[in-house]
Amino acid sequence: MPAVKMIVNGKPVSADVDPRTLLVQFLRENLRLTGTHVGCDTSQCGACVVHVNGKAVKSCTILALTADGADVRTIESLATGEKLHPMQEAFRENHGLQCGFCTPGMIMTAVDIVRRKGNELDEKTIREELEGNLCRCTGYHNIVKAIAAGAKAMAT
Amino acid sequence: MNATGIGAAVRRKEDFRFITGKGQYTDDITRPGETHAHFLRSPHARAKITKIDAKAAKAMPGVLAVLIGADLAEDKIGGLICGWMIHSKDGSPMKAAPHPAIANGTVNYVGDPVAVVVAETLDAAEDAAEKIVVDYEVLPAAVDPAKAQAKDAPQIHEVAPHNTIYQWHLGEAKGTAEAIKNARHVTKLHIVNNRLVPNAMEPRAAIGEYDAGNESFTLWNTTQNPHVARLVISAFIGMAPEHKLRVIAPDVGGGFGSKIFIYPEEVVCLWAAKKVGRPVKWVADRSEAFIADAHGRDHVTSAEMAFDADGKITALRVKTIANIGAYMSTFSSSVPTYLYGTLLSGQYDIPHIYCEVDAVYTNTVPVDAYRGAGRPEATFVVERLVEVGARELGIDPAELRRKNFIRKFPHQTPVIMNYDAGDYDASLKRALELADHKGFAKRKRESERHGKLRGFGFSTYIEACGIAPSQAVGSLGAGVGLWESAEVRVNPTGSVEVLTGSHSHGQGHETTFAQLVCERLGVPIGNISIVHGDTDKVQFGMGTYGSRSGAVGMSAIVKALDKVEAKAKKVASHLLEAAESDIVFKDGKFTVAGTDKSAAWGDVSLHAYIAHKFTGAQLEPGLKEGAFYDPTNFTFPAGCHLCEVEIDPETGIVAIAGWTAVDDFGIVINPMIVEGQVHGGIAQGVGQALMENTSYSGEGQLVTGSFMDYTMPRADNLPSFTVGTTVTRCPGNPLGIKGCGEAGAIAAPAAVMNAITDAIGSEDIAMPATPAVVWAAIAKHNKGHKAA
Repeated sequence: MPAVKMIVNGKPVSADVDPRTLLVQFLRENLRLTGTHVGCDTSQCGACVVHVNGKAVKSCTILALTADGADVRTIESLATGEKLHPMQEAFRENHGLQCGFCTPGMIMTAVDIVRRKGNELDEKTIREELEGNLCRCTGYHNIVKAIAAGAKAMAT
Repeated sequence: MNATGIGAAVRRKEDFRFITGKGQYTDDITRPGETHAHFLRSPHARAKITKIDAKAAKAMPGVLAVLIGADLAEDKIGGLICGWMIHSKDGSPMKAAPHPAIANGTVNYVGDPVAVVVAETLDAAEDAAEKIVVDYEVLPAAVDPAKAQAKDAPQIHEVAPHNTIYQWHLGEAKGTAEAIKNARHVTKLHIVNNRLVPNAMEPRAAIGEYDAGNESFTLWNTTQNPHVARLVISAFIGMAPEHKLRVIAPDVGGGFGSKIFIYPEEVVCLWAAKKVGRPVKWVADRSEAFIADAHGRDHVTSAEMAFDADGKITALRVKTIANIGAYMSTFSSSVPTYLYGTLLSGQYDIPHIYCEVDAVYTNTVPVDAYRGAGRPEATFVVERLVEVGARELGIDPAELRRKNFIRKFPHQTPVIMNYDAGDYDASLKRALELADHKGFAKRKRESERHGKLRGFGFSTYIEACGIAPSQAVGSLGAGVGLWESAEVRVNPTGSVEVLTGSHSHGQGHETTFAQLVCERLGVPIGNISIVHGDTDKVQFGMGTYGSRSGAVGMSAIVKALDKVEAKAKKVASHLLEAAESDIVFKDGKFTVAGTDKSAAWGDVSLHAYIAHKFTGAQLEPGLKEGAFYDPTNFTFPAGCHLCEVEIDPETGIVAIAGWTAVDDFGIVINPMIVEGQVHGGIAQGVGQALMENTSYSGEGQLVTGSFMDYTMPRADNLPSFTVGTTVTRCPGNPLGIKGCGEAGAIAAPAAVMNAITDAIGSEDIAMPATPAVVWAAIAKHNKGHKAA
């Protein structure tokens, strides 16, 4: 089995993996980082979004080997101890989650939207940018509010 | 108001673990020695299995077992059951066919489990499944419910001639027929209520484990009702005695009804765990979920509503064919009957109603409750008829509704339900104001100037929640009682644990239930834990569905809190050396009336346990009380949803330009959570109306079998919603709660379709109103006009 090495949440990790292992499987099964979820098998739902070299990636869509040498960040890395990331805080404050299953992917996507689109996001932009993330609980209403608020809070 | 008590928008206690990735869903749990199960499923809608050769599969690396239906039968593992008996109008019981957890001899839908492979890894199990050789003799399939009862239709189960499970009716045929005959006007509609796939974001999963030393099983399962799962798997499937089976529902990622039912996979995981002597885990792929989770809706209905000269509704007659799928799922029989026919009176005073429902088998995935369960189907029938009736009679749709609203309560409908309280004028009035209905004509002209069509649709819905009085549902065929239980444990330090039989899979019970305790006992919300989802911890419970956790689950907690307070006063009377009748409990403090003597909550709870101030003969130590609450009636949330659409006639694309919901849920514990429930329900209803459709080919292949083919509502398909409430207190339970979980999904489809038909000027359009469907409806309508 080939070896893979990467930095995950700031720590170097390595393992021998079956070549077909997806990045999400590597994170969940090898590293036990179960905050990243699998909600579909067609790259539609975005529950598995993580950051690879600073960009949002659906971790069900790339092989672990493809991420060899990469810097990977998962939902587990966002908070600093007890101190939440402003986007996490915004999701809680605006009731942007119900069952919580899509939430890690939503938050990782949201942080990436801010990186690309800035801190002042209108509703239309947020809704269009969420095209790759499904939520079945919230009707998106409060997720949109949360992302707008989180984006603002990230500027300060 | 207490800042974290009843009525406060308290931020959710459970959120921290979810937003930091520390939730524990079933797939996040790993058991020592865990193995993985993969199901081989039928690729045919109907076939005889003539041979299964698993030799090559068993020889594959890492494979521990390959098990088939014959093995299950040999071990005398019982089949899955339907827990609600429906009788046909001729008095005969429903025709429930056997439903083995793994097909044995015949398969009846694409997705029917044929074999399970248990292996060291999931990859190994999947690889081995490809080596199983199954010989099928493919048989013709019955797929279309409207044709399933035809003489020449393939006969699916021997027990059910013409694929008919029951022919049920409700109401009075003769009086209804006479009223329709004598009506000034009769509005008629043919309605297809499209089949839906629930698609909770967390796919179903199960881990079965067997402890040979204690001869006991544990099941971790994505279930909305762990105790019901334990009861069925024990008493009917015969896996283990009830006390030797523990069911744990950890964090569950959405349910919407689809996780109520007892499915083949959890049964097989338990059984296989004992056979291989190691824990067995199964997690559904999304595409597997499409053919393994119970679907929803799927009705074909013809309906007539009769009006007199004043626009008063005089009668309603409904004939429905309900598709049950290939087998009867756990509560499938109740959905198109007692959860459907009983709501056909809507918010209206209708003197005569008659409803007939034929439930049919087809070679499709089983159909059962999905958010709203029967009530969305009823609301769609009633609200489409009222809207179309208004158009045909030339009466304003709001005015026609007002003419027919029920205004005196309690109100006995002709279809069982006794509405206890409501104010339908109030919610309609408030919604029309919030939606700026007066400005609609102007907005329509503006749309027309840009070549767009604009429409306004109403849905004044009612539903029955707080399911349900046990004796009443028992008389209607339910196999279980539908009470709820609670235990309140006060610790010596004063912190409180509430063990509830309700289960939260997104509803926020850890917060709302704690708000109730905070309100009653004055204990800070951080010192309260809500415990649910484990049959070894919680006494018993009937679970969460039918918007019952507030109205029924919290009522049980109120009863237990009453007992705790009574006991605490006894402890306080000994501590404060006063008569029990002089003890006043307020804001978390015990005082002796007319004195300045008092004891804090923590003092009393400590003294309840150290028991130094009273003897055993005077008082039992401890502070822990339990209660079972059986509701006295259903509850009747109701309200008004208004949808405004703008349609591009060139493309058929429907944009939702505005959504206003004004609901009466009775007393609201946490308005933030309630609004969230409404938002989510609306999104699912809009999904049904505009995009979601479960499509089968004539041969019974599921054409829409993944998120690539089945259109889920996304953020850019929906607007932000305007949500308001009006309040009439529910007189039937101590907190005055009605329930809010299903309202949006019940109200929304009719509001959307009423708006679209208003915009295009034609009633000839079915859900889902995709751009292609809308474009075709507009073209057909225009052609008809030209021809005329």
